[in-house]
Amino acid sequence: MSQSIEPDWRPLPLAAFVVLTGAVLVGGFILLQNMQGMKILMTLFAVIWGLGSVALLFYVLNAVAQSMPRKIRSMSVAFVFAGPAVLLLFWALVLPTLRSLRLSFMGPNGKEFVFLDNYKFAFSDPIMLESFRNNLLWMIFGTSACVILGLIIAVLADKSNREKLVKSLIFMPMAISFVGAGVIWKFMYAYKGEGPNIVEIGLLNALVTAFGGKAQAWLLIPFWNNFLLIIIMVWLQTGYAMVIISSAIKSIPNELNEAARVDGANSIRIFFSITIPSIMPTLITVTTTILIFSLKLFDIVRVMTGGNFGTNVIANEFYLRQFTYGNSGQASAIAVVLLVVIVPVLAYNLRQFRERKVLK
Amino acid sequence: MSKIEKKEFTPARFIIAIVLIVIVVGWTVPTLGVFVTSFRDSRDIYGSGWWSVLPHKALVMAETFELPKNTDPNAPISIKGKTASFEEWRQGILMEDESTIRWIGNKRSRTIEIYKEKWVGFGANLTLQNYRDVLSGGTVEFTDAQGNVISRQGNNFSDAVLNSIAVAIPATIIPILIAAFAAYAFAWMEFPGRRPLFIMVVALLVVPLQIALIPILRDFTHWGLNGTFVGMWLAHTSFGLPLAVYLLYNYISTIPRDIFESAYLDGATPFVSFVRLVLPLSIPALASFAIFQFLWVWNDYLVALVFLGDKNRVVTSALAAMVGEKGQDWHLLTSGAFLSMILPLAVFFGLQRFFVRGLMAGSVKG
Repeated sequence: MSQSIEPDWRPLPLAAFVVLTGAVLVGGFILLQNMQGMKILMTLFAVIWGLGSVALLFYVLNAVAQSMPRKIRSMSVAFVFAGPAVLLLFWALVLPTLRSLRLSFMGPNGKEFVFLDNYKFAFSDPIMLESFRNNLLWMIFGTSACVILGLIIAVLADKSNREKLVKSLIFMPMAISFVGAGVIWKFMYAYKGEGPNIVEIGLLNALVTAFGGKAQAWLLIPFWNNFLLIIIMVWLQTGYAMVIISSAIKSIPNELNEAARVDGANSIRIFFSITIPSIMPTLITVTTTILIFSLKLFDIVRVMTGGNFGTNVIANEFYLRQFTYGNSGQASAIAVVLLVVIVPVLAYNLRQFRERKVLK
Repeated sequence: MSKIEKKEFTPARFIIAIVLIVIVVGWTVPTLGVFVTSFRDSRDIYGSGWWSVLPHKALVMAETFELPKNTDPNAPISIKGKTASFEEWRQGILMEDESTIRWIGNKRSRTIEIYKEKWVGFGANLTLQNYRDVLSGGTVEFTDAQGNVISRQGNNFSDAVLNSIAVAIPATIIPILIAAFAAYAFAWMEFPGRRPLFIMVVALLVVPLQIALIPILRDFTHWGLNGTFVGMWLAHTSFGLPLAVYLLYNYISTIPRDIFESAYLDGATPFVSFVRLVLPLSIPALASFAIFQFLWVWNDYLVALVFLGDKNRVVTSALAAMVGEKGQDWHLLTSGAFLSMILPLAVFFGLQRFFVRGLMAGSVKG
């Protein structure tokens, strides 16, 4: 079995093979950069070359490891297997965390040391305070709406004949990008202005005018426009909460419900005394996930209002600081603040991990 | 709930059905609106709401004529036995025979249109022109509600779709491959640092992307990887790795040890047993993560915005740019939005089962 895909390499051919692999990697990259004119061909080449070189890289590295002296062979193989993942994680997440931390004490272009100035900005600038307030709105109202709606729909769908259909339709927005959802909802909130013979083409304004109200530019109404944006997140994420909660509800042993019913409990009593306590751990996980999610929320605000009209959030201000104002110090400080807020969750994850003894 | 109970009809069941119908309709109407609009003629889009494709009673133009050239628009004007000022005519006046008469355009136009209330529906002008326009890279023209022809620079959405494919497919499969190797090593091999390194993976699950963007951007600028597919693959692969390693580890570590032992006795190296045993056995877990990662990469906007910028725009950034440049061109925005959704929706509905499984296994991602 082993001979068929793994020949025994001699040093010289092995070295040639390593060189060849390097050539494929570098050559492919240069070729890819010069294929702008032929879009379809480039896409095809990008996919094949990208996947091929990673597979080839593993194959070659493994061949090199196998050619090592017997004493260190098994360890070299382990390094070949785990190494790429570990290296990438170091380069892309561990190291950047430290580098961002360093940058956050530096000036706009990362050269001079400014100590806590960037944090002073992060916690006192009016635009940051507004962002913190809005993120708090997202976290409180967005998260609770997602979880409560998800719970209600999960429970109701469980008692319905069309459970699958209902759940698929509520879940569907999960497949839509935030930018796409932004367009969908911008169209819902569309406002055409006032004047004779103007027909509102946004559904919200059409409904409002049909009931005798006045059409509005909804996204420009200070403070309340935040909630119109939060609705978009609720629309996108309730499906997630519903699916997870629904599977937790289904894993409650049926005997428990039957016993309560025999004791004379009605559906509402069962819901509060059995369903809710049994799915509490799931509710906590779902809530934490959506909380983190709403803390880092960026795309919806970016697309809908660009953070104007009092709707700015932390992640958008991070983007603006780096790319509009070119101040990597302030941007890094904001990123560090985001990380610090998430640390409790990180610690909780690690504790769970230790208790479950995942690693044998 | 047992199966028999589900079929019974009770008032409570009826109320539940009504509530669910209301929720589901509310949930699907926004998407439906965009879907319908993307197929409507551009002139109709700006003149009426998308719901007007449903049968309803509406004022339909029955007749149009011009007033004599000598009509003074500043004096009261008589039309068909009714006299009113220019402003009133322009607002539209309800006549005795239930028709509405309107003055169209400015004072000099002297054009009059007569509207009658009629049942209309399903007579909408459906067209694929919006899709043709949004996909094209050249100049596109469309007609607005007033009949003016407006021309715009196309957004070349077809290039964006190809770019998205070139980014998303490798950025889905590369992390799977790298993570599967790593998960196998963590589960079945002995090497120094195994435990702390795995704890690092778990810790990195929730780290927000923002913390990594600026340093990585600096590296990419250094290496000339900004705006390249390779840069995107590297970024998405790295950001997807913690979840991938974690999910695949949970799966691969449950494969019975005997299988590896007998393979070893047959003379298989770890590489061979990985390719021949681990990969085929883990297909359900690989599929779950693949769908998760594919939707994530395809729908991502932040990473694309930071590392690609305006070069090689993917669908999300092309769509976002369109919102910025032509926020009122709904015929282009809706068809663009729908194009960006087709692939993820197909993947989602086709492979929902795997997706849900992946979602359950690791719900927290940075």
